[in-house]
Amino acid sequence: MGKHIVILGGGTAGTMTANRLCRTYDRDECLVTVVDQDDDHLYQPGLLFVPFGLARPDHLVRSRPRQLDEAVDYKMARIDRVDLDARTVRLAGGIQLSYDVLVVATGARLLPEETEGLTGPGWGEKVFTFYDLPGATGLHDALERFEGGRVVVDIADLPLKCPVAPLEFAFLADWYFRSRGIRDRVELTYATPLDGAFTKPVAAKALGGLLNDKGIELVTEFTLGEVDGEHGRLMSYDEREVAFDLAVVVPLHGGAEYVGRSAGLGDELGFVPVDPHTLQLPGRHEVFAVGDAAGLPASKAGSVAHFEGEVLVHNIGQFLAGQPLDASFDGHANCFVETGFHKALLIDFNYDTEPLPGHFPGPVGLPLLKESHAAHLGKLAFEWLYWHSLLPGRELPGIGSAMSEHGKHHVPH
Amino acid sequence: MPTTTYDNTGVPIDDEGFFTDPARWTEPMAEQIAKEAGIDALTDRHWIVIRFMRDQYAAKGTGPTVRVLGKVSGVSVKELYQLFPKGPAKTAAKIAGIPKPRGCI
Repeated sequence: MGKHIVILGGGTAGTMTANRLCRTYDRDECLVTVVDQDDDHLYQPGLLFVPFGLARPDHLVRSRPRQLDEAVDYKMARIDRVDLDARTVRLAGGIQLSYDVLVVATGARLLPEETEGLTGPGWGEKVFTFYDLPGATGLHDALERFEGGRVVVDIADLPLKCPVAPLEFAFLADWYFRSRGIRDRVELTYATPLDGAFTKPVAAKALGGLLNDKGIELVTEFTLGEVDGEHGRLMSYDEREVAFDLAVVVPLHGGAEYVGRSAGLGDELGFVPVDPHTLQLPGRHEVFAVGDAAGLPASKAGSVAHFEGEVLVHNIGQFLAGQPLDASFDGHANCFVETGFHKALLIDFNYDTEPLPGHFPGPVGLPLLKESHAAHLGKLAFEWLYWHSLLPGRELPGIGSAMSEHGKHHVPH
Repeated sequence: MPTTTYDNTGVPIDDEGFFTDPARWTEPMAEQIAKEAGIDALTDRHWIVIRFMRDQYAAKGTGPTVRVLGKVSGVSVKELYQLFPKGPAKTAAKIAGIPKPRGCI
């Protein structure tokens, strides 16, 4: 009798994990079940490009089960809750799944209703998010109609998916308005709860001038408390105001709803507080979390889910064999940062090492922490890699799970 | 890496005065750090927040946001800004001897 591994979530992390497991184990050793509530696998990095007309919404969505190995049992259902004591998942409609191993991979959910006024007057008219497809599509229409005024890009709170995306949006907005010839009629502001757009010392030194060079105003330590869409005002907890004609807000994020209904599974925001190195839930050895669903001090990004995958699959194997978990995730993340004008920069970092200059994946490679056309092409090429290489759970040549120091230059602070 | 002295003990800090090694922090140091941050005396309410910050850091490897503090620590967001006028997440992190809240870049 084989083991039953249940993966909740068929997005980036869940799909990669399921496919890796299917390549590691025969079906009679392990049955892998993936549960998700719909059939739409969204290529989330593409959301950034939709508002500027650089990506078509219908090109970003593909079937979830078609991205999964044919050995995977895919169930399309809403998840009601997990009973950790009984080792079962209850689905809507009364179906119960028993598991030997549970992998929580249901990502992060947007919670715009958690901020007073955000979904009130103006929502979908002059207040948008580009973090989901309807929002990004609506924002595209709003940008096309926009002829001048105050545009504010605001991160409501932390944590957020793809932490560099709002900054990329601001850079692309500068490029977009310039290409339309109306940049002189647009005031562009970037508001963040952190004390800078760049908070890691080396990146701050290397990139600190980017916003200024592009004429983007920076508002720091601004945690969004309230939105007054009617009068065009964002208000922070400490009662500062930023006026807008068009607000692009990244809402508060939380884990999937069922996590909150499952005793002992999630933290106060619904993320699963797993061990940052083993990805295992303390006190529940058969429960793991991967990707955005995990409450880790790492970026919520697809690259993190990819790098976690190797560690996760190995550790699940160790657990099933009754062996100690000896694979350790280092927090490795790797992101392209689009800066506009057909340029991008690449960052590579982990829990302990901040983004550094140099080249990736080795001394001969893409420049790190420095704008280049090559990195922009890399970002565009990444979409093909995502569907054809990363989701199937394949490793990328020369790029391992653990962050490499190869090609990086440590610089004194 | 710069160091400074609190409670007659040398501790490593970053360029802005945040602890880089939370294990080196002791409770008597908090009063001194608070004074440097413009808070004359730490009350019981400050201490609820400081202990919560340390617990969260120990559990999650990162300090909590203002929203989480307001939701879970037992101190409301409004009171947090009265206790730590220059921004609770950052100032309380400094006084609690945990690293500065940072982004990824």
